[in-house]
Amino acid sequence: MAKKNSEEQRFTLSSSPHLSKEDDVNKIMNTVIMALVPAIAFSVYHFGWDSLLTIMVAAGSCLATEYLIKKMRKREVTDTSSLLTGILLAMTLPPGLGIGFVMLGSVFAIAIGKEIFGGLGYNIFNPALLGRAFLQASFPVKMTTWEAPQHLAMDAKSFATPLGGYKFGESVIQNAGDYIDGLIMGNVGGCIGETSAIAIILGGVFILVKKYADWRIPVSYLGTVFVLGGIFWLISPANYPDPIFHLFSGGLMIGAFFMATDMVTSPVTPLGSWIFGIGAGVIVILIRLFGGLPEGVMYSIIFMNAFVPLIDRYTRPKYFGEVKK
Amino acid sequence: MAKNKISLIKEFTKGLWDENPVLVMLLGLCPTLAVTNSAINGLSMGLAVLFTLTSSSIIISTFRKIIPDEVRIPTFIVVIATFVTITDLTMAAKFPEISKALGPFIPLIVVNCIILGRQEAFSSKNPVGRSIIDALGMSVGFTLTLTLLGAIRELLGAGTIFQIQIMPDSFANWMVMILPPGAFLTLGFMIAGYNWINDKLKTQ
Repeated sequence: MAKKNSEEQRFTLSSSPHLSKEDDVNKIMNTVIMALVPAIAFSVYHFGWDSLLTIMVAAGSCLATEYLIKKMRKREVTDTSSLLTGILLAMTLPPGLGIGFVMLGSVFAIAIGKEIFGGLGYNIFNPALLGRAFLQASFPVKMTTWEAPQHLAMDAKSFATPLGGYKFGESVIQNAGDYIDGLIMGNVGGCIGETSAIAIILGGVFILVKKYADWRIPVSYLGTVFVLGGIFWLISPANYPDPIFHLFSGGLMIGAFFMATDMVTSPVTPLGSWIFGIGAGVIVILIRLFGGLPEGVMYSIIFMNAFVPLIDRYTRPKYFGEVKK
Repeated sequence: MAKNKISLIKEFTKGLWDENPVLVMLLGLCPTLAVTNSAINGLSMGLAVLFTLTSSSIIISTFRKIIPDEVRIPTFIVVIATFVTITDLTMAAKFPEISKALGPFIPLIVVNCIILGRQEAFSSKNPVGRSIIDALGMSVGFTLTLTLLGAIRELLGAGTIFQIQIMPDSFANWMVMILPPGAFLTLGFMIAGYNWINDKLKTQ
């Protein structure tokens, strides 16, 4: 990641790796932000310009917080990762959440989620999710008041999400047509960036192809939710929702593609990525089916984030010629 | 610890700042984190510890020469437990509401590291007067820290301090601050602030 622009750096001696790729932190972050554009566009379409305002406020507050803290620590802001954190945080917030709450969550995400630990690369938990967790724990009512998307002919101000509907017994999804329009296109209640599965998959596949995210994590995460949700559905279709519903409802898609794959807070080894994804998938199903909350994606990722150092430690690959102790 | 050389005032103030039981020694974290969801709870917990610590320090340091070394820890615990029982029953009788809020944490003062730590490190080796000063300093330091911690959490979590409304009505309470995570966050920031002030003082 060293910049090779000045004369004196031409003969720098350094430890390996000596071949540097074109990718640096900024390029990766900007590509991921670009991958989020379809989801942002869909959220504006569904929830109006308010959602764009929320995203701008969150991104702006994150950048400002990052700048202030770096200044306090006498460092310089070198990357746009806080911008990405802000956008991701905003996408997990319900539409119509006040500007003040968005700013508070952003400050928490950057200051306590990231900079307290030493900045990008040292944080244990995904900063955006930590910001959301703080808001969720502080303002539980505000964070679960959903506005209906503007294209649904409904007068009601508050609106049940598909998962909330399942949990509290008023189903939003009734027939097959609702699946396509509601869950896949995103014409349902929910957080501003999470409802449209198709837009998220579009961006998600893009970063997977670019190899900015490990494909094993979304595959194992979504796969576990699908298989485990399917098993429960086969046991008792009347009590448990079907696996397709599990996959496309709530924040699972954005969590699997953009949150769980965060380079800093996910395992580095291939085996570790599988363990990480499977573990998070199991937790999602447990919370959704047996927990007190309708949705468990946020907690599943934060929970598995805490295990990443342990997973990395036990899945360390053998180096060539290593003798087993 | 140099005996008799430290002045009595120093003996008292070390508990407030230099050897603050919560911020420096990180002792007694269980009640520190668990009961400080409001300023009044923090203060009551501190006062309960103040009474227990001072009383048991007097007893232990009075009998320090006749307590056999081999059974000193059980002896300390029995003495401490006696005073904790007195505190617990008195609070239950006089302040039933606070006693209810503090729950099992009053009986748990028996195993509070600050109290056993002071007996082991100080009152079993020092004369009565000095032990009282030490115990008072430590428990006042503990009380002040817990009250401050409780006040910060109450202010952000409920908008009040000692149940007096401070924040404007438009302030949305940060519920997380009166939940367990708030205790960890606030304590972390208090320790960071302590170290920051200490660094500033040292470089001057």
